[in-house]
Amino acid sequence: MSVDPTETANTAPLTTSTGRKLRTEEMVLNMGPQHPSTHGVLRLELVVDGEIVVDVIPHIGYLHRCFEKHSEAMTNYQQVIPYCDRLDYLASMNMDWAYSLAGEKLLGIQVPERVEYIRVIMAELQRIASHLLALGTYGLDVGAFTPFLLMFRDREKILDLFEMTCGARLLYNYIWIGGVSHDLPPDFIPKAKAFCRYFRPNIKEFNDLLTFNEIFIKRTASIGILPADVAVSYACSGPMLRGSGVKFDLRKDDPYSIYDRFEWDVPVGTGEVGTVGDCWDRYMVRIREMEQSLNIIEQALDRIPQGDVRSAIPKRIRPPAGDVYVRSESPRGEIGFYLVSDGTASPYRLKARSPAFVNLSVCPEICRGYMIADIVAIVGSVDIVLGEVDR
Amino acid sequence: MGLLDRQFNNSNVIITSMENLLNWARLSSLWQMQFGLACCAIEMMAAAASHYDFDRFGVIPRATPRQSDVMIVAGTVTLKMASRIKRLYDQMSEPRYVVSMGSCSNCGGPYWEHGYHVLKGVDRVIPVDVYVPGCPPRPEALMEGIIKLQEKIRRETLVRKSA
Amino acid sequence: MTFPEIARKLQDAFGDAVVEVKSEGVPDPHVKIAPGRIHDIAAALHGDPDLRFDYLMCLSGVDHGRETLGVVYHLASMTHRHKLTLKTDLPAADPKIPTVSDLWPTANWHEREAWDMFGIKFENHPDLRRILLPEDYPGHPLRKDFKVPEFYNGMKVPY
Repeated sequence: MSVDPTETANTAPLTTSTGRKLRTEEMVLNMGPQHPSTHGVLRLELVVDGEIVVDVIPHIGYLHRCFEKHSEAMTNYQQVIPYCDRLDYLASMNMDWAYSLAGEKLLGIQVPERVEYIRVIMAELQRIASHLLALGTYGLDVGAFTPFLLMFRDREKILDLFEMTCGARLLYNYIWIGGVSHDLPPDFIPKAKAFCRYFRPNIKEFNDLLTFNEIFIKRTASIGILPADVAVSYACSGPMLRGSGVKFDLRKDDPYSIYDRFEWDVPVGTGEVGTVGDCWDRYMVRIREMEQSLNIIEQALDRIPQGDVRSAIPKRIRPPAGDVYVRSESPRGEIGFYLVSDGTASPYRLKARSPAFVNLSVCPEICRGYMIADIVAIVGSVDIVLGEVDR
Repeated sequence: MGLLDRQFNNSNVIITSMENLLNWARLSSLWQMQFGLACCAIEMMAAAASHYDFDRFGVIPRATPRQSDVMIVAGTVTLKMASRIKRLYDQMSEPRYVVSMGSCSNCGGPYWEHGYHVLKGVDRVIPVDVYVPGCPPRPEALMEGIIKLQEKIRRETLVRKSA
Repeated sequence: MTFPEIARKLQDAFGDAVVEVKSEGVPDPHVKIAPGRIHDIAAALHGDPDLRFDYLMCLSGVDHGRETLGVVYHLASMTHRHKLTLKTDLPAADPKIPTVSDLWPTANWHEREAWDMFGIKFENHPDLRRILLPEDYPGHPLRKDFKVPEFYNGMKVPY
């Protein structure tokens, strides 16, 4: 339910059954940095008229960890990669890959085929893991506890695969400029194939449990509608943009690596149960992306060639002076790195263009006129990770 | 009363000291304040989820500081956030404990050298009981931290105020 | 359209506001323009039907050293699928440049960040205040001559 936000207080007084007119006033309510539903340390200043939200002012910066200053201080381009992990800590593989692409473009390196396949497999597994967490916590936001536990159960299996390869569960430091740090262990491919076989029916389980649940649809359909032209003008990307019906995926439309060798599809929101661009559409795009990622992973596991994964990693990285901007598709959208080199061994300037930062800036536009509980659903559907919003 | 009454030969009288009883009650139901800041929060959530399961220790997440016993500071503490952490700590009612999870809240972590906005350790604003190292610590490491906190509570005494 | 065509179109329309066009020997070709004319050039890039740059990918501030700051715009077009990089140079003593947030609303937050990190003032910006750091933080951290403050609100900052 939504009302025209300009019609408050004196223009639309409420009347009781005895004919007495009531006045309402606007109030500032703080959804502070510590809140169970803001997905991290985000502060939302809500201007509310009763229960209806008139304006939302996001305040960020509570997790600003000086990433860009650290990257200037490192003595080696590869040393920046652990910091890139911690930008979007739910999609570390994608962050490492985007930065490595920037470094490789500056240096003009071409990585071996096996490295490309490994990177694609890791990035798509990471995409599934990130979406599982995003959707699990989204269920928590709107009140469903069981999907959270089920999605974490499946996420642990993916983290087991990662741990088998590089030793870490969350922040991997795996994809380096010119290659990857460790080759796949011998039983990775059978275990990954077993995971794909195990996971595909679970998506149907999630659909039965949450996606087409009547309460969930009531909470998310026709809420937080983002029109396509507003999304483009606010530079939204990823499931935010595709949920509004714009079929744009960087893996197909600004291609990098070997994604053109696989058969897969780009899901978009179609307003199945509500309006195009509502929270349910963004949620459904993420569910369908998980299916497509499974397709890519299965095809890549079948065709991965042999090779040495560290042969192209340069011993000394001293790129020529210049700058590049490279973008790639992370689970949240377009992650871009603007890397400026001055010819020395450490980066001169590294700017991370983070998808969650840009997607969050559209929140004031799409939150007006809804109730406070809907704000929780809308912010949850944007899928922010404060590590990359604040950098 | 599954496990306890088997220890006492079918009698229903237990003799213990007040300290033991209070300490046992406090350590068995440490309600944590959901206070995830950064990457460590994900491992804290994984510890609370079904694979590692915090609930068997009696640890469940509560959203508000008023109803929680332990605040697990998981993630980097920035200067902007530090005053809010102090305020939240003050809002917790005693006995209250703080577990510092991860290197960032222990000592600044990987951001110790050039972090102009990072507080080098949450113990610069609030007192910490247990430090859990790691970046991020595995859920098992966090569980060991909680168990160490439980041992610390077990040693507490009513005579001297400690929490 | 290819980069030389876009650069030629800009040079024909804006003459000497286009300071430099570089495409040889660099991984990413760019166009350097005079800062005062950025809004007119941006309006042309946004509105012209052949160019239609409707997607501002990234807006970054840079400290070039030698008393010069800069702003770099990375633009893309969803309809024509081409990209463009625009650069401007600003004096460090008084870095002022018109805003483009009326053309691309996403620039609002990017420009606030550039102000926060570098101290670059964007004229006619609807709400130019710090976004990542606290309001009372001293200095602009990503400048090369930034010194970390010893104490902030009673907390010791360095390790």
